[in-house]
Amino acid sequence: MTLDRRSFLKLVGAGAGAAGLPLIGRAAELMPKAGKRVVVIGGGYGGTIAAKYIRMMDKSIEVVMIERNDHFVSCPFSNLYIGGILKDLNPLTIKYDKLASNHGVKVVQAEVTAIDPAAKVVTTSKGTVSYDRLVVSPGIDFRLDEVKGYDAAAMEKMPHAWKAGPQTVLLRKQLEAMKDGGTMVMSVPLAPYRCPPGPYERASMVAHYLKKNKPKSKLVVLDANPDITSKGPLFKKGWKDNYEGIIDYRPAKKVTEVNVQAMAVLVEGLEEVKGDVINLIPPQRAGQIAVAAGLVGDDKKWCPVNQTTFESTKHAGIHVIGDACVAGPMPKSGYSANSEAKVCAANVVALINGKETTDLSGINTCYSYITDKDAISVAAVYAVKEGKIIAVPNSGGVSPADYSASKLEAIYAQSWLKNILTEMST
Amino acid sequence: MMMKWRGWALATGVLAISAMAQAAPPSAAMLSNACAGCHGTNGGSAGPSMPTLASQSKEAIEAAMKKFKSGERPSTIMGRLAKGYSDAEITAMAEFFSKQKLHPTNQTLDKAKIAKGASLQESNCGRCHIEDGKEGKDDTPVMASQWLPYMQMQMTDYLSGKRKMPEKMKEKVDPMSKEDLEALLHFYASVK
Repeated sequence: MTLDRRSFLKLVGAGAGAAGLPLIGRAAELMPKAGKRVVVIGGGYGGTIAAKYIRMMDKSIEVVMIERNDHFVSCPFSNLYIGGILKDLNPLTIKYDKLASNHGVKVVQAEVTAIDPAAKVVTTSKGTVSYDRLVVSPGIDFRLDEVKGYDAAAMEKMPHAWKAGPQTVLLRKQLEAMKDGGTMVMSVPLAPYRCPPGPYERASMVAHYLKKNKPKSKLVVLDANPDITSKGPLFKKGWKDNYEGIIDYRPAKKVTEVNVQAMAVLVEGLEEVKGDVINLIPPQRAGQIAVAAGLVGDDKKWCPVNQTTFESTKHAGIHVIGDACVAGPMPKSGYSANSEAKVCAANVVALINGKETTDLSGINTCYSYITDKDAISVAAVYAVKEGKIIAVPNSGGVSPADYSASKLEAIYAQSWLKNILTEMST
Repeated sequence: MMMKWRGWALATGVLAISAMAQAAPPSAAMLSNACAGCHGTNGGSAGPSMPTLASQSKEAIEAAMKKFKSGERPSTIMGRLAKGYSDAEITAMAEFFSKQKLHPTNQTLDKAKIAKGASLQESNCGRCHIEDGKEGKDDTPVMASQWLPYMQMQMTDYLSGKRKMPEKMKEKVDPMSKEDLEALLHFYASVK
């Protein structure tokens, strides 16, 4: 399926974004458009919220949400599953049926293979769908060309587990199968990538598991960045207080190659580091469909957008939200995607109805677990100043440095998850 | 190809609208929707430690946000977030949430405690927590249907002195037993 899609995209990639070019073998129209219609691509943290809120704001707009899976598994909290704190992924899994029954969102399970911005048509594995405005919330895909030898087969040996689901389960199984005294190696890509504190939370959760179950084992973290990219002093204190001798953190170590046979990674093509378990988090870019549709900027990685409407600066009528877009200082997090989706929804409704758009007001809150009972957070409020998103001065910030709030935050984090997933699924 | 298309778009006004139009400042809904990731859609919380804001009194939300902002009320992230909003924005959000429908929480409560709480409520708390906690005098918060774990966490902060109790509340709370207080919270949580 994936390979078919990839090769198909390669084939049409050059033409898909350009106006007037007919797509090869255009499929039949899946659902004829009568009135105003918004199509949303992606059913994750951004897409579900955009779809739901557009319907909440204007029932006269038909909303079609296209997602390749029939469910979604949250990346936030998936590290707790890897660390053995959650026994399964059920608390992180949502379905879409109530978005349909409560809000009238039309959910189509299909793979989007092309976008024609001029004709305003999305091609899917089930047929074409036309739109008045399109919201693209495709998440991330990997820049596999930057890690030599890391292909689909290598992923099964050295899971990334950076899209929650089977990869997450695979990594936990490998960790459970590892002998006591073994070494797990984890690689962190250069920022920006999905969820800045995510790799360090994962390191904490893996260390928590090792300390409890395999105390002679070690975790080597090879970070391409010069230092921990988020909540740095808090993570360092958490590791010192809890995981001394377990986590071996090595900054400025960019993994450029893997050797699956030898179960080793290569730092800058030279320094070989071997692991019994290897969690390779590759460098990232916007989801494949955004790249294929020509929505990425000059960096060929991320999608530039208007900082209030989230309309693409590459193609009018298409809005990009979530990890795939560049939203000023807003991090690539689930909460950012949730917040961006609502701002985008309000402005999509305004634009479709010929009304005035409204400036962004956004929030990010993000919790990271250090142990099973301690969590730390970062929070920020965002506004627009002179067309640019800014973090509101003198607000936001991270948890107290002395961990005085960590027990409470571990409790609040659970309600965070409950609320944000409920928002997405009801 | 790109240039050609942009030229067409500009000529037809497609791009001109988004590039040139001035956007309005964030509306009350825009400000408030950002809170919903943690407090639930329209402030109806599904998470037991996050308070439901739907149908909360405007004055209570305003007072809480201002105390979070100044640090008078202890918090984990709320203080950091409240500092990001002007007083006018806080008022707009407070008004938005106060107008939402009461969100019935689905929680397991103790029937005996509810009955005991009901008998304590009227004579002890009823002057400020009006109508079984469905309303509040001045900036007294609405308690009806609030999450029990959230209220228990707040009561713990009150009793430890971490959060300052209003004088009138302190007069009533001080002589009460922990069991009485627990019963009252079960009662409020049960009010629909």
